[in-house]
Amino acid sequence: MADKRSTVTGDAIELTLPVGLGLPRVGFGTTIWRFCRRKPLGAAGGLLTLALVVTAVLANFLATQDPIATDAVHTLARPSPQFWLGTDHLGRDIYSRIVHGARVSLIVGVLSTLLGSVLGGLIGLLSGYFGGRIDLISQRVMDILQGLPLLVLALVMSASLGPSIQNVILAISIPIIPRAGRVIRSSVLSIREMQYIEAARGLGIGHLRIAFRHVLPNTIGPFIVLTTAQLGSAILVEAALSFLGVGVPEPYPSWGRMLSVSAAEYAQKAPWLVLFPGIAISLAVFGSNLLGDALRDTLDPRLRGG
Amino acid sequence: MSLVIFVLLRLAPGNMVDILFSTGGYVSESDKAAIEKELGIDRPIWVQYVDWLRDMATGKLGKSYRYDLPAWELIKPLIPVTVELAVLSTIIAILLGVPTGVISAVRQDTSLDYVLRVFSLAGLSMPSFWLGMVIILALVAWIGWIPPITYVSPAENFKIHLVQFLLPALAVGYRSSALITRITRSALLEVMREDYIRTAWAKGQSGRIVIWRHALKNAMLPVITVIGIEFAFLIGGLVVTETVFNLPGVARFLVQAILWRDYPIVQNIVMFIAIVVVLSNLLVDLLYGWFDPRVRYG
Repeated sequence: MADKRSTVTGDAIELTLPVGLGLPRVGFGTTIWRFCRRKPLGAAGGLLTLALVVTAVLANFLATQDPIATDAVHTLARPSPQFWLGTDHLGRDIYSRIVHGARVSLIVGVLSTLLGSVLGGLIGLLSGYFGGRIDLISQRVMDILQGLPLLVLALVMSASLGPSIQNVILAISIPIIPRAGRVIRSSVLSIREMQYIEAARGLGIGHLRIAFRHVLPNTIGPFIVLTTAQLGSAILVEAALSFLGVGVPEPYPSWGRMLSVSAAEYAQKAPWLVLFPGIAISLAVFGSNLLGDALRDTLDPRLRGG
Repeated sequence: MSLVIFVLLRLAPGNMVDILFSTGGYVSESDKAAIEKELGIDRPIWVQYVDWLRDMATGKLGKSYRYDLPAWELIKPLIPVTVELAVLSTIIAILLGVPTGVISAVRQDTSLDYVLRVFSLAGLSMPSFWLGMVIILALVAWIGWIPPITYVSPAENFKIHLVQFLLPALAVGYRSSALITRITRSALLEVMREDYIRTAWAKGQSGRIVIWRHALKNAMLPVITVIGIEFAFLIGGLVVTETVFNLPGVARFLVQAILWRDYPIVQNIVMFIAIVVVLSNLLVDLLYGWFDPRVRYG
């Protein structure tokens, strides 16, 4: 997992001195153990995120029923040994739908976050490194994109593109671009002025090669912090879009859609319809927020607490 | 800005006429062409864009495809609802966020601090529309309260109106308060390390005055920035909350207009939101000067 490996780099920075003094390098397991002890909340977040990933991967084994199959006999059934978390108005098993929904949430969340941060990161890298007109134009475009609320932008995008998983991912990634661009650009601006970059120029290395080989790897800390923090909001936006009916289409079980109008209609009679998918969303987002917070404290002391 | 909004919208596969037709059953091709011509959506897209820009500059905001009424007339009566909700949510967010942030900072690293931080992070993690649904459910289950199905204006029945607005504002405000708490905490922690705070303690000033008057005033700048930024998020949050609580505001209308492909309405609402966000940022800039006299403009 990328985020765990990142703690290695984080601690490696702190440990440059001891290593130089001949102390043994710390292993991967030790790093994780230290992270857990120093940041118990972050470790809890990591555990929740891990649980989300495991659920998504093992959805086929964990589900007790077919998440899509309707069952006219058992509509709005109470939670029971057969239907752990009850069934919805079409007799679909809520528990199995939540388990499979984890897959949709994770895929949409991770892919849109990655797409948005990579695109935004590239723009930030180039505009920060080269400055001048490229910087000016790209920053103005970012300003415009950032002037709109994330959800409104994603809503308009997703409605314009039409309902499909790819389009939802695209729609959610676009509001992330300016945020990623800002973060990467600001760290590139400071890295650009460092002496080793000057040295690389002195050796006659080309600009593009410096930007990608020498500047880019040093933005990995802020990048990881950014993606973990954005993952939670991407999952939230996906839920909101699906809730409003412009998100992930049928038949994929999506947490947001499970809460949509039909659930609200039956909520009085069958509160489990509303309760459990919402708890699933909250836990997933909560986990990635906790993890993101702890990673930020560890990897990026400048942003501490903000 | 206008170009971005326009282009994004026109990417949509299928237009208003297609949607009308699919709901209305079969209508002949020539009828379809006639309606498209009347609405002006048979022309090239760039012509539509130039038209729209000219109309905006001259104060004509376009007509709704669906209602055949000027867009502005449809949107205008909805604005007070959304503004009231936004202001109420912001007030709740500040009332909830600043004190918790202060307590969290003063009691740094105690169990109370941990509880408050988890509480605020939970606010960031819960979808506000779900929180709204749960609040309604809980009220129904425990006190048998039945949510009003239609919007009640304050003139009709002020009490019902207040309840109708307070609940969604609470759901949205809780979420916004989370960010305010976090920023207040970190800003206050930073200020508390300053020399002048130590001086204030040293001269025997009471803790309450040191924290609330000396420290908090200087910690407010980043907090105000976040409130400004949060305002944009808040409007996004209203989109779903107005839908859940069935309030006839701008945000809910936006969702409906998007589903109907009613471009003039969507364009105008999105422009309206953008303008509100820009104005709120301006307001934040002006507030800087008030909180910190060192900030001067011009």
